Formats: sequence, C-alpha cells, structure tokens
Amino acid sequence: MTDSRPPRQHVDPVATAPPDGDEDPSRDAEAITTRQRSQLQLVALRFVRHRAAMVSLFVFVLIVAFAFIGPHLWEWDHTVSRDIPSSQPPSWEHPFGTTSAGNDVFAQVMRGTQKSLQVAFTVGALTVIIGALWGTIAGYYRGKVDAVMMRIVDVLLIIPLLVLVVAIAGSARGGTTWWAVALIIGLFGWTTAARVVRGVVLSLREQEFVEASKAMGASDARIIFTHLLPNAAGPIIVAGTLAIALAILAEAGLSFLGFGIQPPDTSLGLLVERARTAARTRPWLFYPPGFMIVLIALTINFIGDGLRDALDPRQTTMRR
Amino acid sequence: MLMYSVRRLLILPPVMLAAAIFVFLAVDLTGDPLAEMRMATPPVPDETIAAEEERLYLDRSMPERFVLWTTGIGGRGDIGLLQGEFGPSTRGTAFDIGTQINDRTWITMRLVIAALSLAIGLAILFGVISALRQYSVMDYTLTFIAFVALAMPTFWIGLLIQQAGVTMNDFFGQTLVYTVGATSADTRGMTAWQAFLDAGAHLVLPTIALMLTGFAQLSRYQRASMLEVLNSDYVRLARAKGLPNRVVVRRHALRTALIPVTTLSMLLIAGAIDGVVLIEVVYQWRGLGTFFVESVRNNDTYAVMGWLMLSGFVVIIANLIADLLYGVLDPRIRYD
Repeated sequence: MTDSRPPRQHVDPVATAPPDGDEDPSRDAEAITTRQRSQLQLVALRFVRHRAAMVSLFVFVLIVAFAFIGPHLWEWDHTVSRDIPSSQPPSWEHPFGTTSAGNDVFAQVMRGTQKSLQVAFTVGALTVIIGALWGTIAGYYRGKVDAVMMRIVDVLLIIPLLVLVVAIAGSARGGTTWWAVALIIGLFGWTTAARVVRGVVLSLREQEFVEASKAMGASDARIIFTHLLPNAAGPIIVAGTLAIALAILAEAGLSFLGFGIQPPDTSLGLLVERARTAARTRPWLFYPPGFMIVLIALTINFIGDGLRDALDPRQTTMRR
Repeated sequence: MLMYSVRRLLILPPVMLAAAIFVFLAVDLTGDPLAEMRMATPPVPDETIAAEEERLYLDRSMPERFVLWTTGIGGRGDIGLLQGEFGPSTRGTAFDIGTQINDRTWITMRLVIAALSLAIGLAILFGVISALRQYSVMDYTLTFIAFVALAMPTFWIGLLIQQAGVTMNDFFGQTLVYTVGATSADTRGMTAWQAFLDAGAHLVLPTIALMLTGFAQLSRYQRASMLEVLNSDYVRLARAKGLPNRVVVRRHALRTALIPVTTLSMLLIAGAIDGVVLIEVVYQWRGLGTFFVESVRNNDTYAVMGWLMLSGFVVIIANLIADLLYGVLDPRIRYD
C-alpha cells in the first residue's frame, strides 16, 4: 500500500540488519527472493485475490454512487411531480417507469437506497463502537464485570431482533426519520459483535505482549486502546460488515411492516410494500426496489467474506 | 449431566425475570398507549381519558405497574403474567389478549414447525451432499442458492413465492396451492380429510418462504461440519480398514457431523419468530404474527409485551434444549 521508502543511498549491508518489516528488503541479501510485505499489504493482497469480494466491492461502490451522487444528477426527485405521466411502463425518460400518483420510480429507488444505506452505515458504526468496547471491556476485566456485561447481552439476545425493533419503533411512534430507525436497530444489533470480540480479547489478554505492557506499568485504557482493540480489528471489521447486511434486511422488514421510515420520505422496504398489489399489473413498481435490497445485501455479504478470509487466513472459506 | 440440567433449570426464573424487566422497559418507557386518544380531534373529554387510564393501570407508577403486570397482585384480576393474564387491551374490554393468543397459536405453530422441520431436514441432506461432492457443480449451485437466500429479506422471498404460486395456478387453470390465508374462508361442510387437505394447500407456499433463510444458514453449517469430519484422522482410519464408503459416511462421519448442527437448529427458532411475523403479513394469515403487528399498530402495550415474553420464553427453552442436547450427543463434553 504505502511505498514511502527513502531513496536508496549508501548502504552498509553489514551494519543494517533489518529489525522489522519497515526496512527495505533489498538491504538484506537473504531476503532477495521474497519481497517483504507489511501486514496491511498482505491483507490487501488476499482481499484482491478474492474474486467475488472484488466484484462485489466494485458493484457496491456503484450502488453507493447511485444513491448519494445520483439524486444530484437525475432530473426528477422521489416526490410527486405534475410533469410525470401516471403509471407509465419503463422508458428512456423514466427507466423504472412511473407510479399512478406521478413519481419517477428510478428516483424513488435512488432515494430509498440512500435512506437504507444511511441506516445501514449508522447501524454498522454503532455496532462496531458499542460491540467492540463492550466485548473488549468484558473480556479484558473478566470476573464480575464480564459476568454482568455478558448476562446483559444474553438477555438482549433472548428477544428476536426484528420483533423487538418493531415493538419499540411502533411504541415510540418515532420511526419517521432514518436516524431514528438506525438508532433503534443499532441499539440492539451489537450483541453478536460483542460476543465475538470478547472471545478474541479473552485469548489476546493472555499473550506476552499484553503481559509485557502491564509489567511496564501501562494503564488499562492504554492496553485496551493500543493493544487489544487494534489486534481484534479483523473480527471487529467483519462484525461491522455483517451488521450492515443485517441492518439492510432489518430496515427493509421494518419499513415493510410500516414502522420504519414514513412517507413522504421513502425506503426500499416501503417501496416494495406499496407495490405489493401491483406486482402483476405494474411489475416495474415491484421488482426494482426488491432487487436493490438483495443486491446490496449480497454484495456486502461477499465483501464480508473476502474481508474475513483476508484478515484471518486460518478461517478461509476459499480454495487455496 | 443431571447436576448440569438442574443448574440450567434453576437459572430459568432469573433469566425470565431479567427478560421481563427488559421487555417492560423497552415497551413501557418508549410510548404512551393513549397518545392517540389525547391528541384526537375533536378532543376526548378528560373523564374518558382518566377512565381509560384507570382501566389500563396507567394511573399507577411504573414500578407498581411492572409488579402488577408480572404478578397481578393488587389488580382487578385481568392482569398478571404469573396468573396467566396478559392485561387489559387498548382495543376495549371485549378484546381479551389471552383468548386471542390462544386461538391463534396453533395456526402459527403449524407453520413454524413445518418450516423448521423442512429447513433442518433439507439442510442436513444438502449439506452432506455438498460436502461429499465438494467443488462439484451441485456444491456450487447450493452455495449460490444459500448466498442469495441469505441476502433476501424474508418478506421479499414470501412475495416472490406468492407470485410464483399465482403464476402456477394460472398456468394449470386451477387452484393447486392457495396464496392467501391459513384456511379457506368457508370450511363448513368439509370432512376432516378435506379440511386437512385445505390447510395443507394453504401451508405450502408460506412454509417454503419461511424455511429458506434457515435452510441457507444451516446447510452451509452442515457442509462445513461434514467437511471437517471427513478430513479427520478417524475417518481416514475407517477408510484404511477397508470399510465401504457408505458405512464410513453414515456410521462414522455423519453422526459426528450432526452434533454441532443440532445446536444451531435450535437457535434457528429466533430467526423463525422474526420470519413468521413477516410471512403471516404477506400471506394474510390470522396467526400470532399478524396479531403482534396489529397490537403494535394499536399501541396495545400489554399485548405487545406479552407477545415478546412468549417469544422470549420459546427462545430460552430452545437454548436450554440445545445446551442439553449437546451434552447428550457429544460424549467429549463433560459438564461437571
């Protein structure tokens, strides 16, 4: 990734034995055959070799551009316009057709994708922050702290996520904006991530480098933030990716039941719900938002798979 | 093992209590069941609101209400989970939550049971086939199906299968499978056998829709588990002894490979509860799933909380069974 080596100058081959991976490999006569790579380079290389993940990443970037840049370029927005003819099948003017009220479905899908992605990214961030900290603190302190924290996770896991989120969103009558939806899903979606991170930290904390920094008098906060969290980065990133995929599906389900984002704003789940009865007569209303949900979830799952293989080569699901 | 089972059973009550506190806080704190009545135009007279508050125990303090809701002590006999009463409904005095749940349980249960058994059975079958024929066309196809199924929201699967059902019925010119409802509108005059067939024809599509997600997860898991066992030393030894392939697969490999899957299949129940809500809405079943959605719509807090407690109870019991099964099936695990 980074190639910021100093320009080759006078080198004394005897005096410089490379202490770590940052040194120019060509200085060491024995390392000529294999190039030295940093951890990050190795991860990037393994990820790039994962074909499905790379294709998915490409498609996903396109979807993100479609959702966030698209609305600025496209002529129509998701609202009703008088200039839009009613119930038209797809055409060059309106690639996904129009609704009976006079919405451009292409613009609606764009807006819906944007809202779904905003929810998903927020949930992903919440999951990573809450889940990682919760799991790390529980795993690092063990004992009573761990017991209490993990029992809380157990209780949160008892009630199925979607049902819980529906109950709260419906009870609060507050699921009108995307961030309220994201907050509700995010506040309950981090539990699995916390469990995974705790498991990793439990084994990390027994390793010598943690012991060494303890012996040198490092504070708990320092050990957690400079030693444990960076070393648990792999599982944390993968958990974040999975949370994004989960959030896309949860938000769609929530909106489908009518407890998510409310009109006049829109989301992919809401679009599918409104087009339910039109699936046969006006399929252009029904299929695009649904396929968009599947496409987002599918690409994120593949990216997550690629990241897992790249970050943890022992657990590969790929043929080597 | 016995000690472990007793210990596991003993922690059930505290876990249920913790779940009750959590459910109560999550639902009671976030909303006001009478919000719509208070905001109504023209305004509802204050006396009516006060009477409703009293009927719904909203005049009590929150801790009092929690004790009431769980034990029913100090109530009017219509509340208290431990006494089997779910509490008063916002949908009027004639609407009894317990009766509703009772009437609808079997409708939902048969869907969940059918979907879970199908998911588990097919997942084991196809997971094993995938593992035995690793990297074959069959394996790749199944992997692809699993990936797509995992990326589909349950309601979208349900809607697509519903559409497929409508198309199929159109094609054959007669109703082979029903796409709406749990039974026909008029079941009078049907013999028991006809009623059974009728319910079956209504059950087909929702079952397939509900089963797919669980099947996708479980079949991946079964494949991985089977592959691991097939590559283990004792299977190699069994082959080296000259045992025929089918004996190695069935007697040696499959039995071990089934152990982790048993646990996971119990954990699928939480996913099935989420799924059944969406599937019942899609197929317009009058089961527990739609009851839940209607309760949330009507701000019927006692119904929502009761429903959440029921689903929590099912999940806890499933977890318990999973833990105990694991100990019975895997002799390597010692609890004491």
